[in-house]
Amino acid sequence: MNTATTTANGHAPHGEHHPAGLLRWLTTTNHKDIGTMYLTFALVMFFVGGAMILAVRAELFQPGMQLMQPEFFNQLIGVHALVMIFAALMPAATGFANWQIPLMIGAPDMALPRLNNWGFWLLPPAALLLTMPFVLALFGIGDGAIATGWTFYAPLSVQGGIGVDFAIFAVHILGISSILGSINIIVTIFNMRAPGMTMMKLPLFCWGWLITAFLLIATIPVLAGAVTMLLTDRHFGTHFFTAAGGGDPILFQHLFWFFGHPEVYILLLPVWGLMPHVLATFSRKPVYGYKAQVYGFVAIGILSVVVWAHHFFTAGLPVPALLYFMYSTMSISLPLAVLFFCWIATMWRGAMSFETPMLFATGFIVLFGIAGLTGLVLADVAADAQYHHSYFVVAHFHYALFAGGIMGVMTGVYYWLPKWTGRMYSETLGKWHFWLTVLSFNLTFMPQFFLGLAGMPRRIPDYALQFAEFNAISTVGAFILGISQLLFAWNIVQCVCGRGAPAESRAWEGAEGLEWELSSPPPHHSWEIQPRVK
Amino acid sequence: MNGRHAPPPRDHDRLIGRLVLAVCASAAFGFALVPLYDTLCRVAGLNGKTFSRGGLVADGGAPLDRVDRSRLVTVEFTGTVMPGLPWEMRPLKNSVELHPGEMQQIAFLVRNTADHAVVGQAVPSVTPGQAAQYFHKIECFCFNQQTLGPGEAREMPLMFIVKPELDGDVRTITLSYAFFQAPSATARKDGRT
Ligand code: HEM
Ligand SMILES: [Cu+2]
Repeated sequence: MNTATTTANGHAPHGEHHPAGLLRWLTTTNHKDIGTMYLTFALVMFFVGGAMILAVRAELFQPGMQLMQPEFFNQLIGVHALVMIFAALMPAATGFANWQIPLMIGAPDMALPRLNNWGFWLLPPAALLLTMPFVLALFGIGDGAIATGWTFYAPLSVQGGIGVDFAIFAVHILGISSILGSINIIVTIFNMRAPGMTMMKLPLFCWGWLITAFLLIATIPVLAGAVTMLLTDRHFGTHFFTAAGGGDPILFQHLFWFFGHPEVYILLLPVWGLMPHVLATFSRKPVYGYKAQVYGFVAIGILSVVVWAHHFFTAGLPVPALLYFMYSTMSISLPLAVLFFCWIATMWRGAMSFETPMLFATGFIVLFGIAGLTGLVLADVAADAQYHHSYFVVAHFHYALFAGGIMGVMTGVYYWLPKWTGRMYSETLGKWHFWLTVLSFNLTFMPQFFLGLAGMPRRIPDYALQFAEFNAISTVGAFILGISQLLFAWNIVQCVCGRGAPAESRAWEGAEGLEWELSSPPPHHSWEIQPRVK
Repeated sequence: MNGRHAPPPRDHDRLIGRLVLAVCASAAFGFALVPLYDTLCRVAGLNGKTFSRGGLVADGGAPLDRVDRSRLVTVEFTGTVMPGLPWEMRPLKNSVELHPGEMQQIAFLVRNTADHAVVGQAVPSVTPGQAAQYFHKIECFCFNQQTLGPGEAREMPLMFIVKPELDGDVRTITLSYAFFQAPSATARKDGRT
């Protein structure tokens, strides 16, 4: 809105009067600056969460206990997941939203720029809260970070140490940040579109984010409520989840997964939104099935809030409930299949070329397909009785969240990096990064399917001898995967530092959309005069 | 591209107001799930929760008239002492076979290993969940908090009936107790779950 007022009396000169140095970043309300901060934060936390889990994989390299105590192991897996979900994947998606939504809908900025600044600056303190108990434990304060896994299940979380309290507060802060971000995005999309851009002309990326934002508003408050109840159970004598006082630990699972299942779509909808843009660009064809994809997003958004109990089929639900949650869960695969169909049809008979974003996009389709199919297996109540809480689940959701989420984000980063930095990244490094990532990803997680089928439970630091080979393979894969990501960071840093060939406005030959009408990088204030969309 | 100027700082307030309302509504919904869930379990007898509070008034008819001698059901007992409670417990019998409708009495042996008096509260749970509503406790140590003196051991009795309406395909029922340290002042006196 700052921008809008300055432009009211003529044209504001670009890139002027903002404070320099750290103060600029602390006070900025510019959507591009904020997007950059979100993305940078996400990248840093991606490495933090990755380092934690490499320590875990190192412990799992061989049976027996070599490197750490079980308590510490438990802390690492829980904080790894919380960091990856709340501090890497979600901020990355929000970074995309900040950079791209105004550019794509022809708006000068987000609708609520100051709120936007707060939304970002809540994240670093939250990340600090999550990880601080590790450090405090070194000084003899408390017994380390939250050790319940990312799901906070009661009664374990009621009995846990101060790490749980820190994580609860971190979740509160992260939740507030997400809510602020969502309100901002909804208001921007509803009120700031360029003249002529009807909702049914809205770019699919914005549609994906719109549904995400509504899901966040519907579910984050429930999570916040659940962890608040946990907090009062721990410290103020309530008994929401303590059986001795008349509470019920299963209630916690209902509350948590009422948030938790939609959360997986919150993580993925922005990626599903950006996929068609990339596929269309590198197939040099229009997006296939725009409307079908919009309806698919909406259908998945609605279905996602009514299937939560498939995460605890084994908790003793009555048979009618089991059947309901089984069939409703399976029904989600219908709109999801529509999306897959549209992605493939967009490529069908296109003049395809495989630059790095397209490699990641096609890799995403294949690997995310495996996630969906194994999800169907888990949704089967009878099968889940066997596979629940096994490594099969771990493999399933890493195909969904790493291959579906993180690789989707990488697709977007490679696709828009030339726009953001004005430089082309190194294609050679990008291709190396892609191939190392897919191969080592599969090396890491494919064996985990078999470990799960053979009965290895998740969240344990030691295991029976028959699981040794596959665990060793998985650990080797994980280290290659982790180290390969340095190529990604290096490639980005090169562009940001202004190395690499200059990018044209339309950085990709087949790219369509308003963002490609602007120079690369776009001026600090763009679309002060809104374009008219035909 | 002949466009127009960006909208003036438009009045976004209405939309923001609605969205904030939506946030409050979902928070309220989250808290409303607590009583909803409890009611649902109570009405449908879900989740292995046994809500019965003793006595057989509502049923009408003396239980003995309605013993179903045509089949036998095995009832297994198990007990866990939760962290923080310095007690040991075990059932005197691990399982009994009975006809539905028959009254049974068994007991758990519970011992306080601490050198001071401790108050505990047992919380029962029945598996499979569908059997819970037919599992009827007439007298149970879980109805009240139990106090054990230093080193004291006691046999704690349980009297129950499995109602004849129990589904025919349930042949084994497991009754499990978790003994908790009694929560402080706010504990519900009757120990119902
Ligand atoms: C057709 C699509 C899908 C189906 C039918 C499905 C089904 C399931 C089921 C039944 C479980 C519970 C397994 C268990 O704990 O025993 C599960 C776990 C999980 N799924 Fe999926 N899923 C699907 C897609 C996804 C997607 C798209 C994501 C993420 C973006 C995802 C992320 C997860 C996660 C994180 C867990 C494990 C949570 C935990 O216990 O920590 N799933 N899935
Ligand atoms: Cu789910």
